[in-house]
Amino acid sequence: MIRTSIFTLAAAGFVATTFGAPAPVAAQEVDFAGKRIEWVIPYGTGGGSNRWARFYVPWLQKALSGNPVVAVKNMPGASSTKGTNYFARRGTKDGLSILGTSGSTQFPFLLGDRRVKYNYADWEVILATPVGGVVYVNSSLGVKSVADMKKLQKAKLKFGSQGPTSLDLVPLLAFDILGLNVKPVFGMKGRGPSRLAFERGEVRIDYQTTPAFLKRVTPLVKKGIAIPLMTWGTLDENGKLVRDPTFSNLPHVGEVYKMMHGKAPKGPAWTAWKAFMAAGFPAQKMIFVKKGTPKNIVAAWRAAAAKAIAMPGFEAAKNQKLGKYEQATGKKAQALYKVATNVPPAAKKWVLDWLKTRYNKVP
Amino acid sequence: MIESMISAFAEITSGAHLLYLFGGVIMGLVVGIFPGLGGIVGLSLLLPFLYGMDPTSALAMLIGLVAIIPTSDTFTSVLMGIPGSSASQATVLDGFPLAKKGEAARALGAAFSASLYGGVIGAIVLTFFIVVARPVILLFTSAELFMLTILGLSMVGVLAGNCLSKGLLACGLGLMFGALGGAPATGEFRMSFDNAYLGDGLPLVVVGLAMFAVPEIIDLLRSGGAISKSAKLGSGWTQGFKDMWAYRWLCTRCAGIGCIIGALPGLGGSVVDWIAYGHVKQTAKDSSQFGKGDIRGVLAPESANNAKEGGGLIPTLLFAIPGSGSMAVFLGGMELIGLEPGPSMVDGKLNLTYVIIWSLALANVIGAGCCLLISKNVARLTTIKYVYLAPFMVMVICFAAFQATRDLGDLLVLFAVGLVGIMFKRFGWPRPAFLIGFVLADNSETYLYQAVQFYDWGFLLRPGVIIIFVLTVISIWFGARNAPTGETEMANENKPKPTNMKPQAYFAAFVVFLFTWGLIDGVQHSFLGAVYPVGICLVMLPIAMRLFYVTAKNRTEHAANYDYEVEGDHAGQEGVPGLVYYLTWLAGFIAAVMLVGFWLAITGFFLIFLRVHSDAGWTRIVTMITCGVGFITGLSWIMALNFPGGLLQYYFKLPWPLS
Repeated sequence: MIRTSIFTLAAAGFVATTFGAPAPVAAQEVDFAGKRIEWVIPYGTGGGSNRWARFYVPWLQKALSGNPVVAVKNMPGASSTKGTNYFARRGTKDGLSILGTSGSTQFPFLLGDRRVKYNYADWEVILATPVGGVVYVNSSLGVKSVADMKKLQKAKLKFGSQGPTSLDLVPLLAFDILGLNVKPVFGMKGRGPSRLAFERGEVRIDYQTTPAFLKRVTPLVKKGIAIPLMTWGTLDENGKLVRDPTFSNLPHVGEVYKMMHGKAPKGPAWTAWKAFMAAGFPAQKMIFVKKGTPKNIVAAWRAAAAKAIAMPGFEAAKNQKLGKYEQATGKKAQALYKVATNVPPAAKKWVLDWLKTRYNKVP
Repeated sequence: MIESMISAFAEITSGAHLLYLFGGVIMGLVVGIFPGLGGIVGLSLLLPFLYGMDPTSALAMLIGLVAIIPTSDTFTSVLMGIPGSSASQATVLDGFPLAKKGEAARALGAAFSASLYGGVIGAIVLTFFIVVARPVILLFTSAELFMLTILGLSMVGVLAGNCLSKGLLACGLGLMFGALGGAPATGEFRMSFDNAYLGDGLPLVVVGLAMFAVPEIIDLLRSGGAISKSAKLGSGWTQGFKDMWAYRWLCTRCAGIGCIIGALPGLGGSVVDWIAYGHVKQTAKDSSQFGKGDIRGVLAPESANNAKEGGGLIPTLLFAIPGSGSMAVFLGGMELIGLEPGPSMVDGKLNLTYVIIWSLALANVIGAGCCLLISKNVARLTTIKYVYLAPFMVMVICFAAFQATRDLGDLLVLFAVGLVGIMFKRFGWPRPAFLIGFVLADNSETYLYQAVQFYDWGFLLRPGVIIIFVLTVISIWFGARNAPTGETEMANENKPKPTNMKPQAYFAAFVVFLFTWGLIDGVQHSFLGAVYPVGICLVMLPIAMRLFYVTAKNRTEHAANYDYEVEGDHAGQEGVPGLVYYLTWLAGFIAAVMLVGFWLAITGFFLIFLRVHSDAGWTRIVTMITCGVGFITGLSWIMALNFPGGLLQYYFKLPWPLS
């Protein structure tokens, strides 16, 4: 009995591959019942990527046919390249192993870090989660809102950072473009310790991603300690920088530049910033399966992701945990994935030169 | 405040709350007793239960789990000399010698009652401190935190043993090993040979196992017999409880220290037990028995490490910055349940905060009670012939080391640092001094760099920095007062001093080589990446060269002269195999893991080792393999862990557990 079914399957596969007829396979219903899906998260249990994954697990389990178990496998190390390399080498092409990446996985890839042994072109995107970033300053600077930017330009500021090649590249370059006098202090173990340094008064300018800002900085804003200034903004369908929907009352960096200089920003620095911002935030977190996974399985995954974000209760839960960003699936996810993983060569070169001259850093 | 207390009290004494708390404790006990498996594994076990539970019950389970882990890891520390987690490394120093003397039950009794006591004291301190903690903690900036790392490093004086230069060098090596990997200021990879594993630095758990457990296993095997020399358990746990009560003031002080250090975000809990150990040694009138089985050496770190968890709640609850691994787990769990840490934990949700703090204390009481109840039976392990225990021990420490980053590199580091540990033990180099350097390396460098960036060198004149500096001076003064008698690896009065110092000279030369290598590697980096390791190497090199000179000249009267191979109890006895013999076994095992993966290698190791070294028949060997390997296989299956794979697994896809 078992033997015949294996034989039929093998025959079907043979037919499919030999005659290039995907029809019999594609028509097959994908059922994950009783299966166990390994979801590699190349970050530790303390961070935002882990929270994001754990948030998605129950929704995906419900949306996938057969309700399989989705087990998160945290594999931190080597700036997330360890776990991602593991997936690139050992991940299977049967839809049972998936990868969750973050902006900090994209950046080493885009900057050509030596530790990267993976290529985003080898994967199929299933879902993309946009995230925003908010810059805020200490109220002791006398800055009430973004209208006081001139005042801020005169202040000597310090900024807690994990390093110029991390996701902090986006704020550091933005500060440069805006002409702020910001000196980064490296060696922070994450955005959390940077926020603590802000609370201690050691740094007076900081940024946090949307979920962290909503949860941890809002109390400081209410107390009058922190003044939210601007966001990175987000990209619309045409790739134009627009306001962050979660903070529609805050201007984005481009607007701030215009306020200060009377004209819209342009030039190689701005192009490079936009490219890396797009790589780091509008598609910050993505779910992948490997290329070469049978088409029907990829389709099943994409359908499940679309189904998950349409489930009743998802919207409210998402708004609370991840911010008001539209979770991208299908074509939209693919468009965001393209932007996030294909930085124009000129922008890449400009950033590498900037890292070398400004921070003496070669990734 | 009072209202919150009353409502919190009503909450924790409710039956359901207690029941869930108890459930969490039992779960944590099962996980925590196994070295290397701590909070993170515990959480992944607990997750499916938490999901969909009501928040207060889920919280109770979570607290039960977190509270028990620094208590239950004491079992292996005391009974086998295997530090179960970074929180109980200092417990090994005196706990294990007590077990060897046949006083395992007493040591465990003392450890658990100290845990219980420390946990309760910690909770009392917290109850009042949490209300005012926020501004106090914000006073500790990078400058004060740096000075605190210096206070920690000053403990080296008391942990150094009878030869200060060896103590300083040990600490220097610890600092250098700790500086390996990405530099805090620049992210440059130091001393890592372009290797991604080394780029992340050496994991503390692996280094702790390598320095303490590996040398112990080798020595125990060589000396034969059981862990307990008398093959007895000695007086029971009531004696341990009496010990704790006799030193209750010491325990109170250590609990206070643990609570405060645990409350400082960014310093990390792993240094607490060393500071407590250093403190008891500094202040003891007679410190000659430390390292040989002084009960105070068990009481101090154990009362501190449970209070530390309570202190660790403060940054976790108020700032959402977890101070230790288990607190990171706790934070993750809180978020999962839907509780948001932050300033509101004392503004609006104070009653909830009290529920958490007191539940932690209650969980400590329940947990320590459970441990006490089973300690007598577990202590029997020390009466088993060690040849039978050894393969289990090898399996346990390798499996524990592998949990650090789940990389084959964990096992290689275990072996390589294990060699250093063996040499340290043989030549009487103080391993605690090494560990304290290692634990504080990253923090001292990061905070020094940040303090200079934020405040310039003027940070040294900040009032907080000056206060801590004065404390450091007092601590050194206390230490100096006791120094002559404080020996960590004591000479044996019954045996003559070594006359041939050549082996010691070789090791001193090796240390010179290590610092030279650190220097050469250091100067290739940018100023900010190089200044710290180069500074250490420049200070250490002359000391190391001098030691080499003394040993090479065969100055046998020098305080540094010590060789366990000459002075140890086993020396001169018939039929004791050389150091290298069992080391080869270990090397062979690790090589086998690299070839065929952990699962097959450990099965083979059990089989061959028992066949060669014990008189057990085939049935017995097969039974032991089934128990040992079956146990970790089951454990891994439940927790969805993979075993380290080797070449075989790289080329062939094998079914679990072989994969």
